[in-house]
Amino acid sequence: MSTRTRDAIRAFADNRLAVIGFVVLVLVTLFCFLGPLFWQTDQVHTSLMDAFLPPGPGHPLGTDDLGRDVLGRLMVGGRISLIVGLLAAIIATTIGALYGALSGYAGGAVDSVLMRLVDAVISIPTLFLILFVAALAAPTVTTLILAIALTSWLVPARLVRGEALTLRNLDFVRMVRVLGGGPGRAVTRHVLPNTISTLAVNATFQVADAILIIATLSFLGLGPRPPAANWGGMLSGGLDTLYSGYWWLIYPAGLLIVITVVAINLVGDGLRDALSPRSAR
Amino acid sequence: MGLFLLRRIGQALVVLLLVSAVVFALLHFLPGGPARAILGPRATPQAIAEFNHVNGYDLALPQQYVRWLGNALHGDLGFSYKRNSPVSTLLKATVPRTLLLVGLGTLIAVLIAIPIGVIQATRRNRAVDHVLTTITFTLYSMPGFWLGLILIEVFAIRLGWLPPDAPTGSPAEMLQHPAGLVLPIATLSLVTIASFSRYVRASTVEQLEQDYVRTARAKGLQSGAIVRRHVLRNALSPVVTLLGLSLPWILGGSLVVEAVFNFPGTGFLFWNAAQAQDYPVLLGIVLVVSIGTVIGSLLADLGYALLDPRVRDQLGAK
Repeated sequence: MSTRTRDAIRAFADNRLAVIGFVVLVLVTLFCFLGPLFWQTDQVHTSLMDAFLPPGPGHPLGTDDLGRDVLGRLMVGGRISLIVGLLAAIIATTIGALYGALSGYAGGAVDSVLMRLVDAVISIPTLFLILFVAALAAPTVTTLILAIALTSWLVPARLVRGEALTLRNLDFVRMVRVLGGGPGRAVTRHVLPNTISTLAVNATFQVADAILIIATLSFLGLGPRPPAANWGGMLSGGLDTLYSGYWWLIYPAGLLIVITVVAINLVGDGLRDALSPRSAR
Repeated sequence: MGLFLLRRIGQALVVLLLVSAVVFALLHFLPGGPARAILGPRATPQAIAEFNHVNGYDLALPQQYVRWLGNALHGDLGFSYKRNSPVSTLLKATVPRTLLLVGLGTLIAVLIAIPIGVIQATRRNRAVDHVLTTITFTLYSMPGFWLGLILIEVFAIRLGWLPPDAPTGSPAEMLQHPAGLVLPIATLSLVTIASFSRYVRASTVEQLEQDYVRTARAKGLQSGAIVRRHVLRNALSPVVTLLGLSLPWILGGSLVVEAVFNFPGTGFLFWNAAQAQDYPVLLGIVLVVSIGTVIGSLLADLGYALLDPRVRDQLGAK
């Protein structure tokens, strides 16, 4: 482990809020993935006899409109939110990094064309674009991951392109050209590795954004189709549930989204402070 | 200044042209092409050929693009067969309402976010700063629709102070029922305040560390005067740029707010069209909101250049 990595880890560990965020994130992940082993509920069959039961023995957080246990559903639903968030962020970051690095490394006219295209797509408000894509294809978890990734690669592309513009003129990258290495090698071996900290920080925030987007899509009724559960979908009853006074269908799922996103944003802030060279203060 | 203006406007035009090309490409991503998407899966091949011919979809793609762009420039954004109405008519009814929501929401957000950010920066790492950071950080991480639901549950259902639904009618008619506008605008504002105040805080903190602040302090100026007379102007001009950059995000927020409160704006129309797979409406709105975003960020850039004397003089000198 290099000194720089060790310093970064130490800086992160010294950041109380970042550590809290990290711990909360681990707990939420355990809750979603291991929780169902200890709290076994039937999330597939519906039972209208048990619909809208308030919190009480047997159902600590009550039941939903189809008689499914809310606590158990929070666990299962969190899986999709977390997986979609993580995968969408990874795909978006990969596409964006490659695009940005190639654009910045190429420079000149190629760079101009590629970046104006980014300017154009970034001008289309994300939520509109993503709802359009969701309306095109019957939303499954896979298409949603792709849809979110295809609308969120623009920011990492811009960030990496900015760094690649500087890097391409540094001696060690120029050497690759002198020694006969192609652009592919220069980009993957020398440009991209030097943008890792920027990418890591941005990817963290991307996970948070993607979790909010999938929740919003599901709330709007264009998320993954039932019986697949996710936190946003659990809230899609919206106003109707509110009027009937079923508060347990509104608060737990929303709070869990907020807690998870706050935790991820804290980790992101911590990473940024730990990785940026200016973070000494 | 003139040259800068021309260059910036030229750049915006290029982006606009590209946006239109992207939207045109989306039209051809429709399942089975535009004819199939609009006429439905059971349309006969003859009907599809007829539709393609009438609408020019049998022409070569570049020709189609020019034709489509020409129509769009003349205000013809297609026809919604699901609603039996030209898309432009639907937009004319809904855009003013969304402008009302977005305009008031953003204005209120800016007016509240600036003092919050400045208070935080001048009292950095003190109790006030920590409390405000916690609040804005939480709001920043909150899905807008959930915040809207909570506000409805508390203020409309529990307390019964405000109606949970937005008023209908033209913006002028909506303004006659201000109670119905409070919750939608508050939701949009709160989400926006969360991200703006974080930015204002960071920008002000950066300015407070500059040498000119130390000089002002050394010559005996009161802290309040330093902030008001020197720091604010420097710290706030980037906020204008932020406004422009945030536009796509604010419009997305407004879509969510419109869906929660049944606010009959463009976002609500878009949402309904997405559920009904009404593609002409979807594409027309995507085109219009994107154009709005490009123009918005252009205006923000120009505003920034006008506000910041350094940028202005530099431009004037060139």
